[in-house]
Amino acid sequence: MSTVDRSVPTAGVHSPLPVGVLLAAAFLIVLLVGMGFPRLVTPFDPLVSDVAATLQPPNAQHWLGTDRIGRDVLSRVVYGARYSLLIGLASMIVSLAIGLAVGLFAGLSNRFADEAASRVFDVLSAFPPTLLSLLIVTSLGQGIVNIAIAVGIAGIPKFGRVLRSQALVVRRADYVTHAVSFGLSRTRIFLRHVLPNVLVAVPVIATIDIGSAIIAVSGLSFLGLGPQPPTPEWGVMLAEGRDVLRVAWWPSVFPGLAITVTVLSFAVIGRFLQRKFEVRA
Amino acid sequence: MRELRRKIATRLLTGLLVLWLAATVAFIAIHALPGRIEDVLAGDLSYPGLREAIAAQWGLNHSLQWQYGQFLLRLAHGDLGTSFVMQQPVLDVLRSQLAPTMQLAVSAGVLALGLAIVVATVTAGSESRWSGRIASFVEITFTSTPVFWLGMLLLVAFSFELRLFPVSGANGWRALVLPAVTLALPTTGVLSQVMRESIEAALSKPFVTTIRARGVSELVLRARHVLRHALLPVVTLGGWLIGSLLGGAVITEKMFGRPGIGSVTLTAVTSQDVPVVLAVVLLAAFVHVVMSTLLDIAYLFIDPRLRSQ
Amino acid sequence: MRSQSGIPPVSKRPLVEIRGLSIAFSNANGGVPLVRSVDLSVRSGECVALVGESGSGKSLTARSLIGLAGRGAQIDAQRFEIDGRNALRFNERDWRALRGSFAGLVMQDALVSLDPLRTVGAEIGEVLAHHRVLRSRALRQARVHEVMAGVGIPEPAMRAQQYAHELSGGLRQRALIASAIAAGPALVIADEPTTALDVTVQAQVLAVLAERLAQGVGVLLISHDLAVVSGIADRVLVMHDGEVVDSGSTRDVLRHPSHAYTRQLLAAQPSLQSRGQRLSSARMVSATPDDAPTIVRDPLPPRVASSGRVVLEGEGIGKTYRRRGGKRDERFIALDDMSFSVREGEVLGIIGESGSGKSTCGNIVLGLLAPDRGAVKFLGSEWNGAGVKETARRRLRSRMQFIPQDPLSSFNPRHAVRELLAEGLHPQRLSKADAVAQSVNLLEQVGLSAAYLDRQPISLSGGQRQRVAIARALASEPALIVCDEPVSALDVYVQAQVLDLLVSLQARHATALLFISHDLDVVGHLCERVLVFKFGRVVEEGDVETVFERPRHAYTCSLKASAPSLRHQLDERCDDNIAVASEPML
Repeated sequence: MSTVDRSVPTAGVHSPLPVGVLLAAAFLIVLLVGMGFPRLVTPFDPLVSDVAATLQPPNAQHWLGTDRIGRDVLSRVVYGARYSLLIGLASMIVSLAIGLAVGLFAGLSNRFADEAASRVFDVLSAFPPTLLSLLIVTSLGQGIVNIAIAVGIAGIPKFGRVLRSQALVVRRADYVTHAVSFGLSRTRIFLRHVLPNVLVAVPVIATIDIGSAIIAVSGLSFLGLGPQPPTPEWGVMLAEGRDVLRVAWWPSVFPGLAITVTVLSFAVIGRFLQRKFEVRA
Repeated sequence: MRELRRKIATRLLTGLLVLWLAATVAFIAIHALPGRIEDVLAGDLSYPGLREAIAAQWGLNHSLQWQYGQFLLRLAHGDLGTSFVMQQPVLDVLRSQLAPTMQLAVSAGVLALGLAIVVATVTAGSESRWSGRIASFVEITFTSTPVFWLGMLLLVAFSFELRLFPVSGANGWRALVLPAVTLALPTTGVLSQVMRESIEAALSKPFVTTIRARGVSELVLRARHVLRHALLPVVTLGGWLIGSLLGGAVITEKMFGRPGIGSVTLTAVTSQDVPVVLAVVLLAAFVHVVMSTLLDIAYLFIDPRLRSQ
Repeated sequence: MRSQSGIPPVSKRPLVEIRGLSIAFSNANGGVPLVRSVDLSVRSGECVALVGESGSGKSLTARSLIGLAGRGAQIDAQRFEIDGRNALRFNERDWRALRGSFAGLVMQDALVSLDPLRTVGAEIGEVLAHHRVLRSRALRQARVHEVMAGVGIPEPAMRAQQYAHELSGGLRQRALIASAIAAGPALVIADEPTTALDVTVQAQVLAVLAERLAQGVGVLLISHDLAVVSGIADRVLVMHDGEVVDSGSTRDVLRHPSHAYTRQLLAAQPSLQSRGQRLSSARMVSATPDDAPTIVRDPLPPRVASSGRVVLEGEGIGKTYRRRGGKRDERFIALDDMSFSVREGEVLGIIGESGSGKSTCGNIVLGLLAPDRGAVKFLGSEWNGAGVKETARRRLRSRMQFIPQDPLSSFNPRHAVRELLAEGLHPQRLSKADAVAQSVNLLEQVGLSAAYLDRQPISLSGGQRQRVAIARALASEPALIVCDEPVSALDVYVQAQVLDLLVSLQARHATALLFISHDLDVVGHLCERVLVFKFGRVVEEGDVETVFERPRHAYTCSLKASAPSLRHQLDERCDDNIAVASEPML
């Protein structure tokens, strides 16, 4: 007794990728190349200072100028990608691993376990992420590993809640309920029907989350809690650049631009994936 | 009605539970590494008996359960402990710094909400697909921009070049403008996106056609009907909004050299003044949970579908 | 035309007069108009029906009468007069002036067609406030209650404070109608107003519209169901692919359909008379052009004689749900002491409305739900009941299959047709090559080519998806297939094809079917025996001809009376048990 269904197919035509997504992907590929083979992009060493060439604005030799102690800004940005991205990736993995485990547990178990696990998410998200990270850093101390853990823990609810709701939906889906008709055991039903359809959400959130992880990590570095100078991490560069902001904009603008464009690229791709999988699921 | 009361009670209890858990988590975080607190308090000094003396003075020689109990008791009375560094009650330390931060957070919040509502209602479901796309792109850019970098850009543009606003400090409203805008913009991005998507979702529902069929104009349709639907998801974001503003305030204050809770916290983190950090975090969590619980209850009243089973 | 008293003035002039209407969208359908050369007129006190399948353009045509055809719609016509004025010249303000005051719109499913965040009273009163029909709030409220009472909503003052989701299906549909007629419009446009409603409720809602007709309101009724329309419409326009292919008085169109499409549509309707015959190839033939055409159908292959062995047996089944509510523990009895049996190769139908327990029964039969009392036996073994576990059922699982109402939700979204069929073949433990061969065989049996193996279900039409579901169900050679409303969501012609398929496959494989439905015509066509459910009990059972033609229980009678039927010539009175002479045609 439902509405008359349209007898026309609802989807299936493969539409071309939007321009934005292609641009974003292209940028990330360039970034990866720069991370792996920085020499291809810039000849300068990011740590070597050239006292004679301090605070030069962008010119033919130093495309993005030099900073307060004469280091080439472009090379620092390129080498800095490694730090910012990898630490961001590490935090995302921490969030993913724990969030996935707890989220699946919550969505697939009984009501009591679900309530308990949801409280865990509530507690973690009750603290503003930045402050929670600060708390963890106070407890564990400063440094690269610790800020990765701190940002990672703060990001758990994001994965956990989405996976939990996905698990709840899939669990009640008709195709799961009726899978018994084919003689499948509960384990097989779980592995073949439930798990793949729940995990579909993971790449989507992971992509979007790397972006926020990178911002959080560079934020903590900006506050001086992560890698220390002279490491060319983007947040550190911004902190250094702030001191000379009045006279030189380029040591601050370019690292920040790098952060923004990187995070933007991840966000664009993430949203595209989200729309695509919403249609399918 | 009984059902409604039960639901409100459930939410209140849940809120209390989360508060308690949050305090516990914070406690565990601090005491995660045994011996650290003594290290911090000892500082550079080291002579026999120092650590024992410190432990005795700060109650660290008792069992962890006892300390936990004391901790909860003190919290219930509003006692946030004593600062290691300043040897003053934390509450006093924070109270003096609260005002500038509140100014910043509230003005940024109001700005963010107002801007988001305007942008979302104007661009949602409009004739040209371009305005929607541009708005979407701008939103996503703002959410990708780190708050501290945005602050720098605004400083360079408006403070250094145009000399419109002061660079730092907290004197007068002019000093508030740039920090508030910096803090507000990324939040606006998120709010605007959520609102626009929910407005567009509401506009595509059948009941909108019924309303149009009564002869109601688009403006009245949006103001009287659609806005309520669009605000629903925003209500659930209230708690997140507070958290985002408070967390961002820390960075913004450092960025603009504004006094406030943020700078106090940062000093505390670097000098490992544990009680202060703990207190700030717990306060933020408290505000968040209270806010979320109230909004949760408010949601029950706004959406009648939730009142009955 | 605003009316103070709520009853529109009867006008001699047609309310709506349209000639040669075409509606096109520049970015859809390659610029080809979605509606072409449509002539339509509606007068006061007249009910005109627009009938067609989805995509025929009927909704678009109807909506264009109040300027809601959609953004970017290019409307052109030789004549387009609404309320005597040339509507081609209307701007948005003109349209808004007549919406709600001259014409009201009633749509399908009040649950989504009324604002869920506002009370029903507020929704009904909005049109009054907007058009400033009555000055004061108190007067408006009084009118709202008056209108509500007029459409048959009891206790209007209390109901007006409730929300749409708090009312039953029938009441909220009446509230939706009330919201459309509150300002006393001369024309009511009803777009599928009774789809998604129970049969008895459907009849009541149609009666409300009929009352309005009697008062002089003009009604434009849009539906996909000729039967629904035949009871109330004075004139019918049949639309197909954007054009009107047949029009005239209801009697003429139903008895002497001129266009092939209409004939096919009428011929493809299932009923008690079409048992054992093929629906999709049915045609209407006239001996001479003046004669009333008769329906000629090809017979389907006869059923294989059944061995009479009992395949499924349910004994004393009961299921009670405990409702969570304050202090009192409310109990909702879903099923009460139900017994039934299905023999090998038999088709047993279960007829019931919502809340009758038929879905619960289906789930218990499938072993997805455990009954509180009673037991189910399948192929002689304990299948469901106290203490029966899934592991005990596993051995026989492959011998019972399921065909759902919405096939898409029973398909894993990540699987293509190939994987779906492979899963159905899983119990047979075939080698990969054999499995593929058998999959192709199954597809052919349901009328799909091997090319469909790699298609994603989401890219298939509703009918094709249902065929895949049927193929999958047949894969393990089941003894019984439980069908839960498998054709309810399909257009008439597609429904005919799927029903033919079911009948021929069932006959060929001697599979027993437990067919759950609310549609009496479909059950009459397909089933041998039928159980009538109400409130969790079987109120009548027997073979289909007896139950439908000589019903004994009052509920069955009311079902029959409410069910829209093309045979409105029939004159039956249940309490007298008078047998009826049926027409040669419909």
